[in-house]
Amino acid sequence: MIVELGHFALILAFAVAMVQTVIPLIGAHKGWDGWMAVAEPAATAQFLLVAASFGALTYAFVTSDFSLQLVVQNSHTLKPMLYKISGVWGNHEGSMLLWVLILTLFGGMAAWFGGNLPPTLRARVLAVQASIGVAFYAFIIFTSNPFTRLATPPFDGQDLNPLLQDPGLAFHPPFLYLGYVGLSICFSFAVAALIEGRVDAAWARWVRPWTLLSWLFLTIGIALGSWWAYYELGWGGFWFWDPVENASFMPWLIGAALLHSAIVVEKREALKAWTILLAIMAFGFSLIGTFIVRSGVITSVHAFANDPERGVFILMILAVFMGGALTLFAARAGAMQAKGVFGLLSRETALVTNNILLAVSALVVFTGTIWPLVAEMAFARKLSVGAPFFNMAFTPFMVVLALILPIGAMLPWKRARLGRVLWQLRAAFGLAVAVGALAWAMNTGRSALGPIGLALGVWLIAGSATDLLGRAGRGGVAERLRRITRLPRADWGKSVAHAGLGITFIGIAAMTAWTVEDIRVAQAGERFEVAEFGVRLDKVEQVQGPNYRSTMGWMSIWEGNRRLYTLNPEKRIYPVAGMPTTEAGIHSGFLRDIYVVIGDRQDGGGWAVRTYVKPMANWIWAGAIIMALGGLLSLSDRRYRVAAGATKARRGGAGAVPAE
Amino acid sequence: MTGMKYLVLALGLLLALPSFAVQPDEVLDDPALEARAREISQGLRCLVCRNENIDDSNAQLARDLRLLVRERLVAGDSNQQVVDFIVDRYGEYVLLKPTTRGANLILWVAGPAMLLLALAIGGFYIRSRRRSNEPPERPLSADEETRLKEILRQ
Repeated sequence: MIVELGHFALILAFAVAMVQTVIPLIGAHKGWDGWMAVAEPAATAQFLLVAASFGALTYAFVTSDFSLQLVVQNSHTLKPMLYKISGVWGNHEGSMLLWVLILTLFGGMAAWFGGNLPPTLRARVLAVQASIGVAFYAFIIFTSNPFTRLATPPFDGQDLNPLLQDPGLAFHPPFLYLGYVGLSICFSFAVAALIEGRVDAAWARWVRPWTLLSWLFLTIGIALGSWWAYYELGWGGFWFWDPVENASFMPWLIGAALLHSAIVVEKREALKAWTILLAIMAFGFSLIGTFIVRSGVITSVHAFANDPERGVFILMILAVFMGGALTLFAARAGAMQAKGVFGLLSRETALVTNNILLAVSALVVFTGTIWPLVAEMAFARKLSVGAPFFNMAFTPFMVVLALILPIGAMLPWKRARLGRVLWQLRAAFGLAVAVGALAWAMNTGRSALGPIGLALGVWLIAGSATDLLGRAGRGGVAERLRRITRLPRADWGKSVAHAGLGITFIGIAAMTAWTVEDIRVAQAGERFEVAEFGVRLDKVEQVQGPNYRSTMGWMSIWEGNRRLYTLNPEKRIYPVAGMPTTEAGIHSGFLRDIYVVIGDRQDGGGWAVRTYVKPMANWIWAGAIIMALGGLLSLSDRRYRVAAGATKARRGGAGAVPAE
Repeated sequence: MTGMKYLVLALGLLLALPSFAVQPDEVLDDPALEARAREISQGLRCLVCRNENIDDSNAQLARDLRLLVRERLVAGDSNQQVVDFIVDRYGEYVLLKPTTRGANLILWVAGPAMLLLALAIGGFYIRSRRRSNEPPERPLSADEETRLKEILRQ
């Protein structure tokens, strides 16, 4: 019964979304307040209905209701509670329901916190947001119904894929979706502004918090996914340039570009058309990502041909929304006149360069991701585009970005003197070069990657520190400290996020360049040396888990004659799904991770064992989390709260308040 | 992740096979030769996997290819010869880094070309902003001035 109510709630939400798409748009066009006012309660109702629907599905999973096809396919009575809940979105139908839940959450938030928006803009934003909802409700209800019942329910389920039974992956999809579905609200703002024909500083100020919010969730989501791949897949890689990874990375890059260009619109009223275009493209890439992941088209053209219904549906959604938005853009972009005038050397130019690098690098990832498809369809060539291509084609953009970032971040608006900024950054530059040279000297001579990456990372971190310290001005320590703690949060956010990027750079460079690997057959009790550590396989035992059997190794790690700790790598078998997983034994440290994996028993006795020493692995994800934290700091800036509270200040003055 | 569905499916199938990426018995005695083998392996796709190189893959086919690579290296082939040998047998699908032959040139040129185009457009835009003869920003009216003070006080 509860399940049927959930299904019904979803259909009701579909109906509400249709009303919310049409009525407020007409209201805004004709200037009818009553019609515009429909949007807000409708957005709330949509959210509540989808939440009820999602709750009903969760209830079915939690109570193991095996009359539901989806529960049978993705759950089992013995599964721990956490994974019963995460099983809700660990499959196609449930994940699409999560998709619309987040879509309506953002729609709802725009309605609840959008009290300061001009009524016509708010009505249009909510209408556009609802139209996205209409498309995806139709997709779920007609092609991917999660509420399908079985006529003869089995006694137990088929279990969730064991690889997904992991805390890192349980929370990865919600964060990822909060990020890339969150970009929908930026899209709605962009389309609404095009309909209104008005883009000004105030508009940018309203859009920026939403962009920040989605971008920071996306950052966390991507970091969680990468961290999961690192410890779960068993060889300690953290990024594979897999199409599904690229699907989330492209919106992240465009989102980052949008964050920066919206600053220019807000502060200087330039780059308007470009910012609108980015807002459209950011969500466009989210849709493309959804298409790639949901249709399976990139895995194989044949997978797509076997089950084209869903893929074609999403492709149509993509075509309608992107086609519509871009047509509108073409018609209206000309009307958006830039106001701000700036010199060749200025913060504006730096941000334009940032946008060029981020946008082109996203397009490079896009080209690489779809190229196998294009090659097969257009040239009848079956080929692969994998990590070596992306590393080669993408990395240069990031290197250039890192090189110019600290300089650009310190250039003043309008007109700047490069010499001055460079002089301020001399210490940061010296430090970066020194660290790079030191790394080069200690390098085993394998590649330039490690030292260069390390130097770039230090350059980013030291550059951010210089930026902050430079704002402290002159005077005594107490005086400077007082000034620096009183800097706007957005300035702190900027420095923290940029430093976070530096930390990630250091982690990636160190881990890629200096990982030590050892593969061998280890006899019980025998000690072997890996890098500066001793490793001993003490014993191997069979252990019974809640829904799996495990072959668990006890491996002690030694430094000289001192025993440091014992790691427990496992090889698990999930009998219901009939699938093994490897659980690496990892000791995470500030400077390095020790990572051990146990393999099969060998015929001649002993076990296959792999040991890695991975320098600075944690820096990769720590850097990402710090970036997200920077986003959060920016988001909490007083200026956005002020903007949110200043209804009357909309026109003229308030929008032009210089932020620095 | 939901998005991992296919990856996970493929991985699941592979992990079900009783093997374990590079196995101890595959490793060559000569470290220089082994290092070359690893380097080559990382550029070759495991044909039955989803976007995995043969060095990381657990599939039986990947193991066969790894052994083949090592066999050719021991026989004295250069890296390029080994790769050509494998491409001859399995087609260019095994190459994770596509060739620059034919239409693939588009893929390789796309990045630099887009960058140049973007720089050109960006350059024109910046020039147009610099040349702009618009009057400097309108000073705030008295009304706006009060309003500004009010906001800054909050």
